[in-house]
Amino acid sequence: MECQECHERPATLHFSKIVNGNKTEIHVCEYCAKEKGYMGYEDDAYSLHNLLSGLFNFDGASGLNEQHASSRPSEQRLTCPKCGMTYQEFARVGKFGCAECYQTFSDRLNPVFRRVHSGNTTHHGKIPSRIGSGIQQKRKLGEYREQLKQLIANEEFESAAQVRDKIKQLEKDLSRDGEGEDE
Amino acid sequence: MSLQQFMNEAISPWMKENGPDSDIVMSSRIRLARNFEQVPFPIIASADELEKVLSFFQKEYEHQSFSNYNDLALVKMRDLKPIEKKVLVEKHLISPHLAENDEEAAALISSNEQVSVMVNEEDHIRIQLYFPGFQLEKALEQAFTFDDWLEERINYAFDENRGYLTSCPTNVGTGMRASVMMHLPALALTQKINRMIPAISQLGLVVRGIYGEGSEAIGNIFQISNQITLGKSEEDIVQDLRSVVNQLIDQERKARQLLVEQSELQLEDRVFRSYGILQHSRIIESKEAAKCLSDVQLGIDVGYIKDISKSILNELMILSQPGFLQHYAKRMLSAKERDVLRASLIRERFKLEN
Repeated sequence: MECQECHERPATLHFSKIVNGNKTEIHVCEYCAKEKGYMGYEDDAYSLHNLLSGLFNFDGASGLNEQHASSRPSEQRLTCPKCGMTYQEFARVGKFGCAECYQTFSDRLNPVFRRVHSGNTTHHGKIPSRIGSGIQQKRKLGEYREQLKQLIANEEFESAAQVRDKIKQLEKDLSRDGEGEDE
Repeated sequence: MSLQQFMNEAISPWMKENGPDSDIVMSSRIRLARNFEQVPFPIIASADELEKVLSFFQKEYEHQSFSNYNDLALVKMRDLKPIEKKVLVEKHLISPHLAENDEEAAALISSNEQVSVMVNEEDHIRIQLYFPGFQLEKALEQAFTFDDWLEERINYAFDENRGYLTSCPTNVGTGMRASVMMHLPALALTQKINRMIPAISQLGLVVRGIYGEGSEAIGNIFQISNQITLGKSEEDIVQDLRSVVNQLIDQERKARQLLVEQSELQLEDRVFRSYGILQHSRIIESKEAAKCLSDVQLGIDVGYIKDISKSILNELMILSQPGFLQHYAKRMLSAKERDVLRASLIRERFKLEN
């Protein structure tokens, strides 16, 4: 089979492109594949992220960006103090520059996360065992309080009293830890 | 290098063990993305900063052992030839992105190749852990203990509300991608899989080909993984994935049985034709090889072919990739030369069975 692009060399690479369920076969030689951008690692980085970065400009079409920027000066200056990433750059690249960016852009992130993670904006998974022990206790506290509310609603006062004691103990532990850290 | 030796190299030691449902699920993987709190992420960090991350890993973890993961080797990308990098990608030990990212990128790989920690990929740390067959829970449990072990000496970028902070917003939260590699020849043959993929996508899961994003399912091998990383616990994500995979296993088993019962001689004919091609061809392209290997594997699984080891698909799929072929030949090969070498390696491999 000859290459469908140059019609000179034999086709050694065969691609199937599926767009909206329509399959197109592409038969090209290695040279034309590179030339036409069918292969190479560079292309892999494309796909998802370029799609995503479009989503981050959630409050306007990208063509309106410049006008938007001039009418909203505060946004233009939204820059991460740690790594120097601006919000515009983040929206373009689709990646954060450092951990601090999450704080810097914090006000604008919920819509982004909601789109990417089916409406979710807060973490409910693992907490680091060493640095996160305080957070783990806080999360437990939240769970106990929830439990307490439920028990009172069900009029199970005996169990409720037990849970209340656990909450008191945990609150005491937490405030003691907090003091320790401040010193 | 003898063929036997070379093949031993192609198959990671963990792949040789048998896992549950391994006639359909080839492997289970958990990947965790983590970052250093104080260092800018790799896309923006200076060479100096990334070099520090790299030397930290060298100092703290090289040649260390943890649990079953012995003698962690730190493999720096800048020390590797392009073919060697390709081989690591084909073995799924590193990502194409890491291979491309020359200077300060590295991988910390355990001697059984079950754990690979990519350093300075898109995130500073990407822990990958593999198990043979369908063992997602076990993989998650082990990934967690390994993660805790790393955390003893690293301050991770973590936020109470957002979870583990990653460079890309698609990974934030758990930083976890759980995935299984499945061989689904009967669902593909009966074209049922095309109807199932859209349904699976609606559950927040993604179906891809064997070499990740955008790749086609060559050899009827599909990779299924979670898309969402924020708002659900790791255990829940794994549970959701597990229940979908269980259904796929059921459907695939049913489809295989139906094919065996109702296709009369057609399925058997297809299997043995492919077997013949693999045993006798002199030139074979990777796509044809993958198709035939899938047929032969199906033939082994339903009992038409009895005298071949069960791991043949796993083995030869990796072995016949361009990087491995060139690694074997010890030089760059043209596409034509690769097709010839691929055919001869596959022939030799089948001879070893008899």
